[in-house]
Amino acid sequence: MSSQGERSEEIADQERIDMLRTMVRIREFESVVQNKFADAEIPGFLHLYIGQEAIATGVCQALTERDYLTSTHRGHGHCIARGLDTDKMAAELYGKETGYCNGKGGSMHIADVNAGMLGANGIVAGGIPIATGAALSAKMRDTDEVAVSFFGDGALSEGAFHESFNQAGIWELPLLGIIENNQYGEMTGLEEHHPPSALDDLTIYGEPYGVTRIQVDGMDVEAVYEATLDAVDQARNGGGPSLIECVGYRFEGHHEGDSQFYRPDGELEEWKQRDPLSTYPEKLIGEGVLTEDGYAEIEAEIEAEIEDAIEFARNSDYPDPQQAYEGVFSDGGEQA
Amino acid sequence: MSATAGESEEFAVRDVINRTLGEEMERDDRVYIQGIDVSGRGGTSNILKGLDDRFGTDRVRNTPISEVSMVGSALGAAATGMRPVVEVMYCGFLGVAGDQLLNQVAKMRYMFGGELDLPMVIRTKNVMGANAAAQHSQALHHWLAAIPGLKVVCTSTPADTKGLLKAAVRSDDPVMVFEHGGVYNRKAPVPTEDYQYEIGKAAIERRGEDVTVVATQNQLWNALEAAERLASDGISVEVVNPRTISPLDTETIVESARKTGRCVVVDDTPLSYGTQSQLSAVISEGAFWDLDLPVKRLGVDNVPIPFSPTLEDEIIPGTDEIVDEILDLA
Ligand SMILES: Cc1ncc(C[n+]2csc(CCOP(=O)(O)OP(=O)(O)O)c2C)c(N)n1
Repeated sequence: MSSQGERSEEIADQERIDMLRTMVRIREFESVVQNKFADAEIPGFLHLYIGQEAIATGVCQALTERDYLTSTHRGHGHCIARGLDTDKMAAELYGKETGYCNGKGGSMHIADVNAGMLGANGIVAGGIPIATGAALSAKMRDTDEVAVSFFGDGALSEGAFHESFNQAGIWELPLLGIIENNQYGEMTGLEEHHPPSALDDLTIYGEPYGVTRIQVDGMDVEAVYEATLDAVDQARNGGGPSLIECVGYRFEGHHEGDSQFYRPDGELEEWKQRDPLSTYPEKLIGEGVLTEDGYAEIEAEIEAEIEDAIEFARNSDYPDPQQAYEGVFSDGGEQA
Repeated sequence: MSATAGESEEFAVRDVINRTLGEEMERDDRVYIQGIDVSGRGGTSNILKGLDDRFGTDRVRNTPISEVSMVGSALGAAATGMRPVVEVMYCGFLGVAGDQLLNQVAKMRYMFGGELDLPMVIRTKNVMGANAAAQHSQALHHWLAAIPGLKVVCTSTPADTKGLLKAAVRSDDPVMVFEHGGVYNRKAPVPTEDYQYEIGKAAIERRGEDVTVVATQNQLWNALEAAERLASDGISVEVVNPRTISPLDTETIVESARKTGRCVVVDDTPLSYGTQSQLSAVISEGAFWDLDLPVKRLGVDNVPIPFSPTLEDEIIPGTDEIVDEILDLA
């Protein structure tokens, strides 16, 4: 494994700007759909990723198009970081036929299998065994593909996590588990989900499975990127699975409409000081990688892109009701 | 709504659940609640709100996100002297606890020779029409009703929610209580006295002569609305609420079918292998010579529940469809 220190000097300016763009795109998409949900334009549930942008962005920057990922109920950020099209994402949120799942999936189920994105998931930990299978398949097909599963700190309590990582550990699968520690599982804090001995380092759950354990600052996109690069290198070279805990914070409620009664006073404000959408542009501007104007341009460009995405979604048609019966089976046949 | 005579007060189903569990916890200190965010938030639909203040977080316990241990530990606790009430947020998540439900909870008493009491309740909810997509929208009571060893009730009205929930908590057997997201805010009078509805006993919610409709949960409300609509056309509809689907009160259902000779069964389970099939078979077996026409089945079409409103509306029956089926028979 190459050392992280060596790497950080290597992150090219263009990569850094790309990561910033991705984070801006996630933030803008989410802020806009938050409003549209409030206006009742978007049906169903909405779980926002605001505050966690550095995680999806840093991880996906370290992947190639041939890798796989599975996501969660909080999946918009993962989809965008993977390069999914915001038009089709917005259309899916609106329940339109032009959406990624033709209106059948909605916010919690966006997928683009051709892009290696094996789905957001409404079941906590539901994506972990699936990523394990993708990693197994990569190994059996003798490729150097890796599979990455994003999941929350809460998902570590599910058997699916333990069973998958046990299997991945035994078979030395090219699997990366990204623990997105945003301090909460629904409306209870970490300490109600895990024993005291695990709180400081959630990767401890990987210990018996022999995975490589890494903990990084989830508000620092470059740290996430570098940690992931190492884990990907290892996985591609037959070194087996890793667990990366990204320590961060969820700026919004568990879902839209959550009163957030459980959040202690001042906690959010404190974390907002470390908002990657302020610290990272400041850093890049400070280091001369980007100018103020350059940043404003990026923001304007992405704002326009998301505005277009919403227009696209609005102007798209709802699926014809008959489409409800299509797509259950490969032969188009219906269940009697 | 049919209920015991005497005083009553109007409540929404969601408030009835909260009050009833509160009463049962007061009555018996072995009763405790466990589930995700049950204290603080009051569970997924905020239904349990305030019970933690009244009974403490020892008896209203937040679990980690661990359906296997949520259900399995309730079984262990029930086998050893407690009376747990578990909340599984959406019925689809029962799948995560699959082995504990199918092989442990359902079979323990029987396999151990029939002597062991397992006084536990699992509350969960069917969801339809919420644009929540297939993992969060489905009805699964038929699935568990197909497992011998589990009792399965479907709550529909404020009065039956109270009567059935009390019976479930006091039962010495595992009882699955399926609530329905679509009826939580439905209001109706609830008797104030302490009462239980027998598990395995159906109710005639509305008397009629021409057609019987057997309906559960939100479809019961739709059926009552359909009956009301048709009354002005001179069609008299009898509406039966099975209340529990395992065991099923075949007697009440068959009796009604024999009286009217025409039946519609409706429920939110998928049409194939849903409860409609069981209800229809029971009616055909018990009332064959009195039926004028074959039993009509109405349910959700055989697809996972889609997200988009236009798609979801297409596959879930409502009052209009019930009216059409009745008119077809009448
Ligand atoms: C099997 C299952 N149980 C419960 C839920 C309800 N649920 C949805 S999100 C969530 C919290 C997940 O917490 P965490 O894994 O920390 O992810 P975060 O929401 O913090 O991103 C819960 C309990 C679910 N969707 N699936």
